[in-house]
Amino acid sequence: MAAPEFEVPKFKEHLEIPNIQEGSMAHIKSFIAPQPTQEFLGYPWELNEDWKERALFKMGDLLGKYRSLRVFMDACVHCGACTDKCHYYLGSADPKNMPVARQELMRKVYRRYFTLPGKIAPWLVGAEDLTKEVLEDWYSYYHQCSECRRCSVYCPYGIDTAEITMAGREILNYAGMGQKYSNEILGKVQKIGNNLGLPGPALEDTLAGLEEDIEADTGVPVKMPLDVQGAEILLVTPSADFFSEPHVESLIGYAKVFHAAGASWTLSSHASEAGNFGLFNGNYETMRKVAMRIRDAALELGVKRIIVGECGHAWRVAYSFWNTLTGLGFDGKDPFSIELQQQLDHRYPQPMHICEYTWDLIQNGALKLDPSANDDKIITYHDSCNVARGSRMGDEPGGQFTIPRNIVRAVANNYHDMAAETIGEGTFCCGGGGGVLTDDLIELRVKGAYPRMNALNNVVQEEKVNFMATICAICKAQFTKVLPYYGFDRSMVGGVHQLVSAAIKLD
Amino acid sequence: MTSLTVFYTGLFYAATLILIAGLAYRIYEYSRTPAPLKIPTTPAPTTNAGVAYRMAREVVLFESLFKSNKWIWLFGWLFHVGLALVLFRHVRYFQEPLWFVVEFVQPFGKYASFAMVAGLAGLWARRFLVDRVRYISTPSDHLMLALLIGIGLSGMMMSFVAHTDIVALKAFMLGLMTFDFQPLPTDTILLAHLTLVALLMIIFPISKLLHAPGIFFSPTRNQADNPREHRHIANWAAALDRKNG
Repeated sequence: MAAPEFEVPKFKEHLEIPNIQEGSMAHIKSFIAPQPTQEFLGYPWELNEDWKERALFKMGDLLGKYRSLRVFMDACVHCGACTDKCHYYLGSADPKNMPVARQELMRKVYRRYFTLPGKIAPWLVGAEDLTKEVLEDWYSYYHQCSECRRCSVYCPYGIDTAEITMAGREILNYAGMGQKYSNEILGKVQKIGNNLGLPGPALEDTLAGLEEDIEADTGVPVKMPLDVQGAEILLVTPSADFFSEPHVESLIGYAKVFHAAGASWTLSSHASEAGNFGLFNGNYETMRKVAMRIRDAALELGVKRIIVGECGHAWRVAYSFWNTLTGLGFDGKDPFSIELQQQLDHRYPQPMHICEYTWDLIQNGALKLDPSANDDKIITYHDSCNVARGSRMGDEPGGQFTIPRNIVRAVANNYHDMAAETIGEGTFCCGGGGGVLTDDLIELRVKGAYPRMNALNNVVQEEKVNFMATICAICKAQFTKVLPYYGFDRSMVGGVHQLVSAAIKLD
Repeated sequence: MTSLTVFYTGLFYAATLILIAGLAYRIYEYSRTPAPLKIPTTPAPTTNAGVAYRMAREVVLFESLFKSNKWIWLFGWLFHVGLALVLFRHVRYFQEPLWFVVEFVQPFGKYASFAMVAGLAGLWARRFLVDRVRYISTPSDHLMLALLIGIGLSGMMMSFVAHTDIVALKAFMLGLMTFDFQPLPTDTILLAHLTLVALLMIIFPISKLLHAPGIFFSPTRNQADNPREHRHIANWAAALDRKNG
């Protein structure tokens, strides 16, 4: 790791709220998407003469389509409740990283063009013309938000900055300023089937190699089936699970769980991606197109159940949106959703999280586990933002917190939570979610990870914690990258099913 | 009728009309705009009854604000509860004979004005003392607080220092409601109080006071967490299913 060109925040026993430092992150600008990337998604690739009309048209369009945006533009009273809640503000002190200020970037334009006081007396209500400078500011700061929704927990009106960031990015795209990282991924997933651009044959080779590794390691022929017609379960998992470390360890864990349960399961080369970056960009149709690949694969393979691997935003999209976007769920009354739903097994939730699946098996005594296999580890658990605040597991609210922890406690003996205000619904984002997991934003990622790293450091010091489990591909990739900046070993992070994999006894 | 009475009669009719029509239009707009996706901030209730309970806690106790910041919660809650009591006390000027609850609340409503103004003062102080809040404050944020404090203080002046001719005022108000116009007392404090109140009513539908109806329409708070069990779909989104389903 080269010495960083910026200051890494220092650990404190109690997280301190910094004084504002105006403009401290104004230089952050992720790479702009080039022409082919934008063309594929149907956006311009530069600001043409009509960029302003296009931006304002799209803003009006979204205001008419999304009640969230409509209400959130009006409801804020500038009370300040959110000002110290964003991990990017806490790590960077740039006031435009306070949720309310990030919202104001759009709100000041909204007021100017869509409200009476803003049209008559812009100076009075903080309304501003939409200029290129304002748009540049949008580009910078709407790519300094990971859409983690922590602010929405604390807002007295539930204003969710993620909704505004998503709209902001869609308007930017529509005006001609797309972000290279997210938009290239949206191209790859639609052309090839996954975010990493891994074609079917390569996937097949990878899985065959993993099967050999597992058999060499355990002596048991655990399979990783691909495109099996008529399998009962379709596993949809983030493509990082196929060959990124530590992600692949969890994939091995899922395969072992399915093997132990004697399940009939398959992966799909057409739907070899659970992630859906359409969420990050606020374009419903793109998000729907990406999600439709899973519906298509489910229909084609004739599966009865769909299970989703360890991925935070994917689980939010799957749990909260798949039924809406693709009819993958229950209670559809229209032919489109009935077509899929009549095929699914109604005894199980659809879709189901791999943690729900594994926890059910553990409760039924269907897995043989040796928790002492993880005795080298003292474990803590990082709640991923999209799982924590945008989804659920199990039947009760809050199951998304208890189920993964229950699994960890069942497969390992040493477990400690981080400080209460930094986990659960108040969890701090890893700093890399929402479309910012790119090297051109490394300063943002390191600073944004600070509140989580600080909480981790406290349990490292007090409880000798040496492993942080999580169930999100982005969290895993982000922590692997930023842990060394804070003096930790990159292998300290891993998946919940990585722990399951170590503890499970196969025959 | 004096020209003063004519002016205030007109002012209050206009302000009432703007408040009611403006708010009705906003509420219509919010309710007409679809929420295409399920986005409750979780953990969230899974039933509609649970949602009603969550919303009640937000509206009555300011639950999320309490989680966030105890000072803002304290000042904000003092102000709103104070205002609610004060407003309820004011029903007496629009009603004859009085409902017993209105009669009962009179002393509480009177002293609640101190809580109301203290809360406002605390909120205003934060706009100067906390650098983050200072950064986000606009001129209209300050003016809104000035307006509310002005209403509170002028009202308290009449309750505790220099009484107005309250019998005549009540006759004026009842007159407005029955189109039987009566003269308005002319003391300055009363006129200031009434002007500020009318101003507040007029700007309500075009200002951040829209947080009051807004919270009921906030999808992160008013949606049940049941997306797997029930298919939630907006009309414009359902059209996509038919197009390329």
